[in-house]
Amino acid sequence: MKTVSTTKRKKAKTDAAEEIWNLRLYVAGQTPKSLTAFTNLKKICEEHLAGKYKIEVIDLLKNPQLAKGDQIIALPTLVRKLPEPIKKIIGDLANTERVLVGLDIRPV
Amino acid sequence: MSKKKREAVVLEKCMTGIKGLDEITKGGLPKGRPTLICGSAGCGKTLFAMEFLMRGAMDFGEPGVFMTFEESPDDLAKNFISLGFDLNDMMARGLIATDHVYIERSEIEETGEYDLEGLFIRLGSAIDSVGAKRVVLDTIEALFSGLSNAAIIRAELRRLFHWLKERGVTAVVTGESGDRMLTRYGLEEYVADCVILLDFRIDEQISTRRLRIVKYRGASHGADEYPFLIDEGGLSILPITSLGLDYAVSSERVSTGVPRLDAMLDGKGFYRGSTILASGTAGTGKTSMSATFADAACRRGERCLYFAFEESPNQIIRNMGSIGIDLAQWVKNGLLKFHSARPSLYGLEMHLVTFHKVIDEFKPQVFIIDPISNLSAAGTVSEVKSILTRLIDYLKLKQITTFLTDLTHFGGSLEHTSEEISSLIDTWLLLRDIELKGERNRGLYILKSRGMAHSNQIQEFLLTNRGIDLIDIYTGAGEVLTGSARAAQEAGEKANELMARREAQRRLREQERKRNALETKIAALRAEFDVEAQEVQLIAEEEQIRQTVLAEDRLRMAHLRKGNPSVPRTFGSKKNKKG
Repeated sequence: MKTVSTTKRKKAKTDAAEEIWNLRLYVAGQTPKSLTAFTNLKKICEEHLAGKYKIEVIDLLKNPQLAKGDQIIALPTLVRKLPEPIKKIIGDLANTERVLVGLDIRPV
Repeated sequence: MSKKKREAVVLEKCMTGIKGLDEITKGGLPKGRPTLICGSAGCGKTLFAMEFLMRGAMDFGEPGVFMTFEESPDDLAKNFISLGFDLNDMMARGLIATDHVYIERSEIEETGEYDLEGLFIRLGSAIDSVGAKRVVLDTIEALFSGLSNAAIIRAELRRLFHWLKERGVTAVVTGESGDRMLTRYGLEEYVADCVILLDFRIDEQISTRRLRIVKYRGASHGADEYPFLIDEGGLSILPITSLGLDYAVSSERVSTGVPRLDAMLDGKGFYRGSTILASGTAGTGKTSMSATFADAACRRGERCLYFAFEESPNQIIRNMGSIGIDLAQWVKNGLLKFHSARPSLYGLEMHLVTFHKVIDEFKPQVFIIDPISNLSAAGTVSEVKSILTRLIDYLKLKQITTFLTDLTHFGGSLEHTSEEISSLIDTWLLLRDIELKGERNRGLYILKSRGMAHSNQIQEFLLTNRGIDLIDIYTGAGEVLTGSARAAQEAGEKANELMARREAQRRLREQERKRNALETKIAALRAEFDVEAQEVQLIAEEEQIRQTVLAEDRLRMAHLRKGNPSVPRTFGSKKNKKG
């Protein structure tokens, strides 16, 4: 399985000074759950954080030692590294409302 | 074929290295399977888990993983360094890996489906990093408080334990006690192979830790509650109740230190490895007996352990010096070791553990407790009895000659120990007061002594400045006398005897005198008789002479008369006869 460490960056439509959302998605291989989570995440980001987010997908099957750093137990886990404070959302991100609450994103 | 192999795996056990536990479980925890350690807060779960891991890494060459859900590895390292477990060193040597799983509920939002694969990956990674054979999860219940979806957690736990089994690691999982269940979240449901319950109880302000194997699938194990203690060497569990009565016995004899007492005991003293009880009221010389026995043992070059519950070692040494027993020399050369403690210092179980520990360290041939009656201050009668039974069994197993003293109370029966342990005793010396005529003296007798023809005499027990001496008690004239009464009685008897002897001599002399008198009388009578007899003889002779003279005279007369016809009558009769 290949490491999906993609960085998606859209051209900033709004103010350049606006903060970049640094998101990290931990998965273990391409399981249905992880694929669903990634799809859901992208959708939400596009809708609410278009152009100011960065998603890093970490496959723990490839880099198991990375699980320790962010205290990953459940998979998939989405970690909001930036802006601070760190937030974690676990699950396949199917419940958009909860994801928005969890990421502290006010719906546009 | 595969089934056979599986059975062999089932029976395989993993030595924990925890003192006593491997005896109770007959070889350790089930190898390659998870074991649940449950108990209330502060009962020693984490210590148990840590020691299991440490012993594995240090003594059995089995590296381990400590996954902690509560304390950080730094805190753990600090906590266990005092118990001789250097976690940081083991981590640096690559023998133990730690992983601190920290779940902060407020940071986590749950949306939709998830699993705990992350935990598996972390655990797997840690196991691989050191090649672990042992795993500790302390305590995995934190998942329940960190995550809200209990259904997922339960499903994942089931998978986790299955996964651990597949990896072939021996796992120790800790869990907090619940209300009605063994653990708050029912972990025992998942860990079905071995469940150990730790308990921490306080009775009458004295705390005792206990361990019980709730279940151990596929293996027999001790089912009792075993006391354990936590000290600077880690956990110690006492498997003493599992001792049987099949110990070897010795027919070797050891001197009591008092020659007369040896003589009373078949002339040879106690059996080695037997249990001796000296009971008596206060001041009857129990401690002196113990010290004498200890002294005798040290003289033979044996090691003696002396548990003093009433006096400090220095006080005993000083006091025994007054009866000519120098214990200080033995302490100095290491043959004698005192262990002084107040019985109420800690609980009975702790005392037992202390006995075991000190015995194992010192390896004595002679063991003395002075007195056992004080132990009852630390527990009930049945507890004391149970403790002593276990202790005595253990000492017999080790062939240690045990000398116990017991303080009996005034008014109670002398042939009764407050701990009801008489049946455990092989030789029972009873020290008693004998009060008589305003004096109190000490007496000693042997109430029983298994396996020897012992004396049935009461001996007077004297404490001299050269140690203990026994002397025969005065038992004449239907009385038992001791002390000055005995001396007075003996003096009186001597006088009486003298008088009687004189009387007899006097009588003898009188008899002699009488006989002499009688003989004199007899002699006199005989002399008189002789005189008489002589006279009679004389008379008879005179008479004969007179007759003869008379006959002659008559003849002469007849001769003179001549014509007297009658004269020749004597002749004439002759003639007449012829005619």
